[in-house]
Amino acid sequence: MKRAGFTTTWLPILLLLPQLSIIAIFFYWPAAHALHSSFYLQDPFGFGSTFVGLDNYSDLLGNTEYRRIAWFTVIFTVLVTFLSLSLALLLAVKADKVIRGARSYRTLLMWVYAVAPPVAGFIGLIMFNQSWGPLTRLIESFGHEFLLGVNYNDTAFAMVLVSVWKQVPVNFIFFLSGLQSIPKSVREAALIDNPSASGRFWDVIFPLLAPTGFFLLIINITYALFDTFGVVDTLVKGEPGNNPMTLVYKVYVDGFRGNDLGGSSAQSVVLMVLVLALTVFQFRLVERRIHYT
Amino acid sequence: MAQVSLNNIRKVYPNGVEAVTPSSFHIQDGEFVVLVGPSGCGKSTLLRMIAGLEDITDGTLKIGEREVNDTDPAHRDIAMVFQNYALYPHMTVRKNIAYGLKNRKTPADEIARKVAEASALLNLDEYLDRKPSQLSGGQRQRVAMGRAIVRDPALFLFDEPLSNLDAKLRNQMRIEIKALQRRLGVTSIYVTHDQVEAMTMADRIIVMNAGKIEQIGTPEEVYHRPASTFVASFMGAPPMNLLSAQARDGSVHYGDTVVTGCNGTEGQVTLGIRPEDILPDDNGPLAIHVDIIEELGAHRLLHGSIGDDRLTMHVGKDTPVSTGPVSVSVKPGAASLFHHQTGQRL
Ligand SMILES: Nc1ncnc2c1ncn2[C@@H]1O[C@H](COP(=O)(O)OP(=O)(O)OP(=O)(O)O)[C@@H](O)[C@H]1O
Ligand SMILES: [Mg+2]
Repeated sequence: MKRAGFTTTWLPILLLLPQLSIIAIFFYWPAAHALHSSFYLQDPFGFGSTFVGLDNYSDLLGNTEYRRIAWFTVIFTVLVTFLSLSLALLLAVKADKVIRGARSYRTLLMWVYAVAPPVAGFIGLIMFNQSWGPLTRLIESFGHEFLLGVNYNDTAFAMVLVSVWKQVPVNFIFFLSGLQSIPKSVREAALIDNPSASGRFWDVIFPLLAPTGFFLLIINITYALFDTFGVVDTLVKGEPGNNPMTLVYKVYVDGFRGNDLGGSSAQSVVLMVLVLALTVFQFRLVERRIHYT
Repeated sequence: MAQVSLNNIRKVYPNGVEAVTPSSFHIQDGEFVVLVGPSGCGKSTLLRMIAGLEDITDGTLKIGEREVNDTDPAHRDIAMVFQNYALYPHMTVRKNIAYGLKNRKTPADEIARKVAEASALLNLDEYLDRKPSQLSGGQRQRVAMGRAIVRDPALFLFDEPLSNLDAKLRNQMRIEIKALQRRLGVTSIYVTHDQVEAMTMADRIIVMNAGKIEQIGTPEEVYHRPASTFVASFMGAPPMNLLSAQARDGSVHYGDTVVTGCNGTEGQVTLGIRPEDILPDDNGPLAIHVDIIEELGAHRLLHGSIGDDRLTMHVGKDTPVSTGPVSVSVKPGAASLFHHQTGQRL
C-alpha cells in the first residue's frame, strides 16, 4: 500500500493543533494542576499554600471515611456493572427471540439512553418520594419503611437501582445487535449439535458475544465510577451527611464544599491512576483473551 | 442409517408464501438423494424441515421408524452441512468436530478416537488446533464434513455445500463426498441447484420447481425420460431442444417431416430432442441452418435454426463442421413428447 505523506511539516501540525490544544487545555493542564495541588496544603480562605509533600496522600490512607467510601465505590461499581450487564443481556436474549429483524424497537429503546444522569436521579427522587413515591409504597407493602437520604442502605439501594436503570438500555442495544450479528447458520448448527438451550447459550452464543461484553464491561465500569455523579448528587440532594457516595462525588464534596483543594486533588490523582490501570488492563486482556471474528 | 419418508409435507411461511406444496417421497436406507431445482423453488425449505430447523406446516415426516415432526433437531439423529459451513468461529477445528459428541455424553477417549479417525479420513490432522478463520474454504468445508461424520448419524443433510468453492475444488470435493457417503453407507439428502452435481452424485434425483416435485428418478431416467418440459430444459447443459410439432396417424410430424412414431396422441405436441440425439446425416430429413459453432475441445456445439425454432446440436470433435445448412436425422427412439400446454410427458 502506498502511503500518502505531507510535503511540509507545519501543515500536519496545524491540522492537529485544535485537537491537541483541546486535550492540553481541558485534560493535561487540569491533570497537571491537580497533581501539583496534591502536594500542597491550601489555605481554606485562598491565602497561599504550603508544600506538604505526600501528606495529603498519607492522610487519605489513614482516613477511615475515605476508606469506607472507597469500599462503597467498589461495591457500587461491581453491583451496577454486574446488574446492568446481566439484566441487559437477559432482556436482549429474550428480545432477540421475538424481534429478529425489527429495527424500530431498537431505535425506540435507544431513546432511554438519552436521559441525562441528573434527570434519571430526579426520576429516582420521584419514585422514592417519602410520602407518595410508588416504589416507597411498594417497599412499604413488604413491611420496610424506605427512607431515601436518611437510611444509608436505602439510599445506596436507590443509587444502584437508578444507575442500573439508566445503563440497561445502552447495554441492551449493544447486546442485541451483537446477538443479531451471530450468523443464523451457526445457531442452527448448534441447534443440531446440542439439545440443551442453556448449553448452546454458554458454549456458542456467549463466547461470540464476548467482544461486545468486554467492551461494555469497560464502558460500564467507567460509567459506574464517574458518570453516576449526577445520579448520586440528585439522590443525596447535595446533603452528603452520612449518606453513601462514590469517590468522584467525594472529590467534589471535599474540594468544593470542604475547600480542601489539596486533599481533593490527591483523591483525583488516585482516580487518574485507577483509570490508567483500567485502560492498561483493557488493552492487555482484550487483545489476548477475547475472540474476534 | 435409516429410511426417510415424507408424507404430504407442506410448508407455508408466516408471510403466507407456500414454499413447498404437499410432497411425498421415500428414501431407502443408504441412498444418496439429490434435491435439485432453480433458485427459490423450495429445496432448502424442504431440507430444513427434515432437519427440524423449520416447522412442518402439514404432513408427516419419518426418519427410521420414528415420526419426528415435533422432535427437535438435536434428537433427530441427523447431521447437516451448511452452505457457508457454519463452523463455530471461537472453537478450534478439534472442538468444532467434537462439539456434537460432547453434548451427547460421549466418553472423552471415544471422542478423541472418533475425532482422530475423522481428521485422518479428511486430511485435517495438521489443522486440528487452528481456528476456522485460519483455514481456506476447502479446508473449512472438510471440517464441516468432519463435524457431520463423527456423529455417525442416521441421515446426512447437505445444503449446497460446494457452492462457495472454485470449480476445480468443487469437482474434487464432489467425488470425495460421494466416495465418503458410499463408504459410510449413510442415507443422504443433498440440495444443489447445479445439475452436474445432481447427475454425478445422485442415486436418485428429485427435481423441484416452484415448491412442487416435478420428477423423482435415477439420473438416467431424469435425463432420458424427463417428466415435463421443465425437467427437460433444467437438466442437461445445453438443455433439451423443444420444438412444436403435430401428431397424426401414429407419427409425429415436424413441418412435413416425420420425426418419430407415437401412439394414441393426436394434434399439437411439444417434441423434445437432446442435442446429442441430433445426428449429422447427409440423407437426413431435416435441414438446420447453423449460425454459431461453439468449440469445447472434446466436442462442439452447433447452434442454428430450423423453421422458426432455435436448435442446438452436439457433435464429436472429429465431425467436420461449418456454418450454413446441415442435414440431420434424429436418433431413433430418442425423442420425448410433451403435452403442448401442460408440458407433461406423453
Ligand atoms: N423465512 C422465510 N419467510 C418467508 N418466505 C421464505 C422464507 N424462507 C424462504 N422463503 C421463500 O420460500 C421460497 C423457497 O425458498 P428456499 O430457500 O427453500 O429456496 P431454495 O430452493 O433453497 O433456493 P436457493 O437455490 O436460492 O437456495 C422462496 O420463494 C423464498 O422467498
Ligand atoms: Mg437454498
